[in-house]
Amino acid sequence: MDLHGYGELLLSGLWMTIKLALTSLFFGLIIGLSGAAAKLSSSRTARAIATTYTTVVRGIPELLLVLTLYFGGSQLLMFFASMFGYEEYIDVGQFAAAVAALSIAFGAYSTEVFRMAMQDVPKGQWESAQAMGMTPLQTFFRIILPQVWRLAIPGLGNLFQVLLKDTALVSVVGLDELMRQASVGAATTKSPFDFYLAAALLYLLLTVGTTLVTGLLERMSKPELRGGRT
Amino acid sequence: MSWEWGVIWQYLPKLLDGAWLTIELVAISGLLGLVIAVPLALMRASEKKAISAFPYIYIFFFRGTPLLVQIFLIYYGASQFDAVKNSFLWPVLREPYWCAIIAFSLNTAAYGAELIRAAIQAIPKGEIEACMALGMSKFTTIRRIILRRAAGIVLPGYSNEVLLMLKSSALASTITLLDLTGMARTIIARTYTPLEMFFAAGMVYLAMAAVLILCFRLMERKLNRYQYAKRPV
Repeated sequence: MDLHGYGELLLSGLWMTIKLALTSLFFGLIIGLSGAAAKLSSSRTARAIATTYTTVVRGIPELLLVLTLYFGGSQLLMFFASMFGYEEYIDVGQFAAAVAALSIAFGAYSTEVFRMAMQDVPKGQWESAQAMGMTPLQTFFRIILPQVWRLAIPGLGNLFQVLLKDTALVSVVGLDELMRQASVGAATTKSPFDFYLAAALLYLLLTVGTTLVTGLLERMSKPELRGGRT
Repeated sequence: MSWEWGVIWQYLPKLLDGAWLTIELVAISGLLGLVIAVPLALMRASEKKAISAFPYIYIFFFRGTPLLVQIFLIYYGASQFDAVKNSFLWPVLREPYWCAIIAFSLNTAAYGAELIRAAIQAIPKGEIEACMALGMSKFTTIRRIILRRAAGIVLPGYSNEVLLMLKSSALASTITLLDLTGMARTIIARTYTPLEMFFAAGMVYLAMAAVLILCFRLMERKLNRYQYAKRPV
């Protein structure tokens, strides 16, 4: 495999891919938690909104989402801004559009993971927290969330791998991440196979790393696996 | 924000043309993928390390890298080698249509193989021992018992994989194919109505997904009818 000295280009792309994935993970987790809370809430409107969101986003291709937010993001944002009386032109940057698309996709899937995890926490715990005099918010952050986290890790790990692979889609709109840099290298050196193979291996490295980290987190969240005191 | 419904209606026939190509891609590569997945899964379920190593690496590679990389490796990558360019394969590898189908089939085969392997390993051991007790050969056991049982077990999971494939087929548009997404992009280049067109394309995808889900439900009812059977009173 001869990269003609373009290896650094790929590494810079790799860095961008990692940044993209982690930023989208952060926002995606927030969306997912809120989505799950909405799905389990007693408000019918909130449930309807969350269900529509997950159904639609899980039913359309991620590429379509990326393209929509890239080409129509400014238009959409300006529409929402105009509802609040702001009429100036708003430009949505490449990175922002990419992160928005990826976190919306991740959020839809993680909503389901969080919802299932939240349902796995026995109802009695809510009740006993209430009996101890905790407010619902306190109960959620002190009692439920630490356990949800534990139950959700394996599912979230899988979703993060999907997210990592989806970052490649962003190259279609020209953000300088790994895939895009590989295309640039491939075009200038006329050896596309080498460059795409190198990119593939770097992606493999990322997925393997993610698997390891997920396993570690899973172990950390389960004291019984570490042979801790029982 | 100006929203034009007219442009959607005007270009809907073209979008449906694109949807047809999407269906074609998904159907052909779905079937091809299944054909590749079954032997891979059988090998992967083998207890001999030497046999299960190849499918392991195959699945590891195709599940660990983005589909886009795989498509580009085949479509752009193949042209790097003169040996490929001069071979009988070139008329096939030159066409984006076939490259998309090859990439999709190989990709979905990896995911499918893993699902089928899980299903094969979920078959109760007693059933396979029963086959041995009846004197069935290994091949007959696979053909008559293992694959049929695995088909029933794998179906719900496999329907998910087909849905994911329907969504990933949008990547065909990156190698100039005019599938549903590609068609939407071409129309947008002419009309500059990205939100309307992508919205329309998204709705068509949703409709296709809904039909697929329905088909798989019906299939499951047929394949796993013992689970739906009413108890005789």
